[in-house]
Amino acid sequence: MSQLKPLLSVDHLVISTLQDPRVLINDVTFEVHAGEAVGVVGESGSGKTLSALSILGLLPRGVAVTKGSIEYNGIDLAKISSQEMRKIRGSEISMVYQDPMTALNPVMKIGDQLLEVIESHEKIDDSSEERVREALREVGIPDVTRAMASYPHEFSGGMRQRVMIAMALILSPKLLIADEPTTALDVTIQQQILALVAEERRKRHMSMLWITHDLGVVANLVDRLIVMYAGRIVESGTVKEIFTNPQHPYTYGLLASLPITTDKSRKRLTSIAGVPQKPWLVGQSCSFSPRCFNAGPECKNQIPQLLGTLEKSVACFYPVGVKL
Amino acid sequence: MMKSKENATKGGLHYYFQSKSGVIGAILLLMMIIGSLCAAFGWLPHNPLDQNVDHILKGPSGKFWFGTDQFGRDIFSRTLDGMRRSLTVSITAVSIAALIGIPLGILGGYLGKWFDIFVTRMSDALFAFPAILLALAIVSSLGTAWYDTAISIGIVYTPIFIRVARGPVLAAKEMDYIKVSRILGYSSPRILIKHILPNVTAPIVVQTALSLSWAILTESGLSFLGLGTQPPDASLGLMVSDAQSLAALAWWTLLFPSLFITIVVVGLNLVGDGLRDAWDPARRSS
Repeated sequence: MSQLKPLLSVDHLVISTLQDPRVLINDVTFEVHAGEAVGVVGESGSGKTLSALSILGLLPRGVAVTKGSIEYNGIDLAKISSQEMRKIRGSEISMVYQDPMTALNPVMKIGDQLLEVIESHEKIDDSSEERVREALREVGIPDVTRAMASYPHEFSGGMRQRVMIAMALILSPKLLIADEPTTALDVTIQQQILALVAEERRKRHMSMLWITHDLGVVANLVDRLIVMYAGRIVESGTVKEIFTNPQHPYTYGLLASLPITTDKSRKRLTSIAGVPQKPWLVGQSCSFSPRCFNAGPECKNQIPQLLGTLEKSVACFYPVGVKL
Repeated sequence: MMKSKENATKGGLHYYFQSKSGVIGAILLLMMIIGSLCAAFGWLPHNPLDQNVDHILKGPSGKFWFGTDQFGRDIFSRTLDGMRRSLTVSITAVSIAALIGIPLGILGGYLGKWFDIFVTRMSDALFAFPAILLALAIVSSLGTAWYDTAISIGIVYTPIFIRVARGPVLAAKEMDYIKVSRILGYSSPRILIKHILPNVTAPIVVQTALSLSWAILTESGLSFLGLGTQPPDASLGLMVSDAQSLAALAWWTLLFPSLFITIVVVGLNLVGDGLRDAWDPARRSS
């Protein structure tokens, strides 16, 4: 990994609700370098989406960053005004939304919706329409003229997600956040959309943050992976390290539960017993310890720190595969 | 391909006239508006106020198309003149209600917090009174000129517009496409005006059309109770009220004003339906 200053660095971030304080994200630290794709993996409620929204400054009402900092390109995002944050959104940092079926304005033509993105950040001129055409061609929309005059309901889910990607990319952001952009799509369409986003990233040398609950989806798309559990990062490292040498028992369990297509034995899929704890109920212990097969006495009364390098870090007292 | 070209060139009006109820409603309403304009310019077969002792309670004839009333006044002329007055009052009243209620409702829904609480409590307080009673109370304190009637109906209808505008804004605010517009860095005024407003206009437009018809009924009701238009001026409600005791003797005195109320109310309702269909791209029949 490069030793340059990262494009995005999230430092000891704590996010909690304001009333009746409940910690939702605890002590999350990670960085994304220029041109790098980082995958964030975890189950529902582990804080993936909240982390992404906090980068955009769009946390839901009643939820706020209470500690730590988010620095983008040398700018502390917590310190800038909401007007400056608005200017960064969409042009510098953009995001592809989960569900394309409802993410487009139903009463506005596709072409106009793309123009909106340009218009809210720049002056519109004669070249703007051509930019919209180019953006739509880029994401593989056939018959661009017709598409621009269409309303969203005339498009299928896959086509709408292509339009969403075009909207997110039209101002050439430096960082693209993809929040499970394919969960709402058919499996065949999923592959096309994933390939499209990966291709655009490669062409533009753009940084990416892939948020997903599906390890299989991101394995080929990202350089590094961050595994989140109950609001904390439990393990992070290069894809190769995570897949070949998982050290946190949770990561190990996740990988073990992936179905193996060559296995004809029709065995039950491996699963991790139990359910995740609520982040605010964990207290002074490892949040995974109640479900962990490897837990020892420290796990019940101490919080393991995320230790290691950019290539490989783990927050565990008894990592898997390490002889003590 | 042909279809997309049509979509691109033809505006909302084209879609409006594809709906049958829209067309019928527009025709009915147009008839009523032409009649009212004739009355406004004085193009009537008789003066609506002229009494004629030789022609008391005459049935419809070539000279008096809708017959005459107990003072020998021409009912056709009076109906058109009453229609003009009813429409004027109702349009003014609904404009007042819409101009106050819609911005309050939209801002309340969008801004939330104390402003929303203030707006909703205020409209709740107005809603607590039965509409006609509140209108009566306001009219009796203001006076009985046509604009007093319009103002009182306008005040009574304001909370309806507040609610109709606020509800859809609340719903639209939570829609994914509004979240996406924030993600893409649109400014708040842009989100409100270009993205929320077009998605809430359909209910508001329909509400306006419906309120116009209710306002005509309310005006009729107030006149019927003696607090709207004052005799000898004609108003549809007043004519119905006067004809009440004569209906058994001279059916035409009751039939024609009632018929006109019905036509204009049905026409406005149909126009409301047509507008709703034309507004929603997904509902437009191709």
